[in-house]
Amino acid sequence: MKVKLETRLLGANELIAHNNRTIFSNQGVLVINLMSSPGSGKTTILEKTISRLKDQIKIAVIEGDLYTDQDAQRIEQQGVKVVQINTEGTCHLDAGMVSHACQELLADNPDLLVVENVGNLVCPAEFDLGEDLRAVVISVPEGNDKITKYPLVFQRADVILVNKMDLLPFTDFDVARVQKDIGLINPKTKIFFVSARNGDGLEEWSSWLLEQIHAKGRTKLM
Amino acid sequence: MHELTLMQSVLQTVEQDAAQHGINRINKVKLVIGQLTMALPDSLIFAFEALKPGTMFSDASLIIEERHAQCTCHSCQQEYKLDDYFQFVCPTCGSTDIEVEGGKELYIDYYEGD
Repeated sequence: MKVKLETRLLGANELIAHNNRTIFSNQGVLVINLMSSPGSGKTTILEKTISRLKDQIKIAVIEGDLYTDQDAQRIEQQGVKVVQINTEGTCHLDAGMVSHACQELLADNPDLLVVENVGNLVCPAEFDLGEDLRAVVISVPEGNDKITKYPLVFQRADVILVNKMDLLPFTDFDVARVQKDIGLINPKTKIFFVSARNGDGLEEWSSWLLEQIHAKGRTKLM
Repeated sequence: MHELTLMQSVLQTVEQDAAQHGINRINKVKLVIGQLTMALPDSLIFAFEALKPGTMFSDASLIIEERHAQCTCHSCQQEYKLDDYFQFVCPTCGSTDIEVEGGKELYIDYYEGD
């Protein structure tokens, strides 16, 4: 007997992600899925972004790591609410983990929820969390071949932050090549060149982010 | 991709559905995999072979149909298949106003058993 199924794989995650997205929309909270390799500066960018925006908007954070709550402690020092998820070996967050973690954060009615994914350029790209924006960080010392080597995460990015630009003089990182590679793979994405360490480019990034938050928040009033 | 996890969910889904149809042995499972999902057919086959001994799938074969992403350029109407390098730029006119159709499939098409 032949049985036609047409059942989607990853279907369970997509269902929960869809559910998350509905909840986020109803609350008018902008949700960012922040992804990168380990060590490219996600947490530092987040700290600096929070310190720039926390007087204007209410921010909440979900931190994803295999082990430890070191990142959550760093974020907590910024005076925002944070929940740490320890995946204990799993290399990415999925929609179910975010659904559990966001409940107490949403009770506070934040304008922005940042989900800092596990440091990994491969697996997080494949799991929809229900986010509005996928932000991917690449840093100068990683080398400029990452865009073509890990195409999926960059191809699906809504915004790409090139971090550690202050280290540019000490490397042979080719800015023009990165721009060209991003242009070929994801021409519509927004690119910011930043240094979380010395603050370069963070003003432009924060202003753009604030615009996105206000655009999403307006739906809250309607 | 997590091919082993994916394959476990394939076997589980088919097993549950087969129980409802009174099917005890599976002969064939067919999957449809889009290029943009980055699921690797070779790894899926490896996972299938590794998981099937001693189960209702022990004699089953796995068929995988790969679907390419089909691109249409809005500027010059050129249609082309996405190559392996994921360049969303029209090869004819260089426009980035591209519509991508397909390539995101990841599903169990059907299974056969008795």
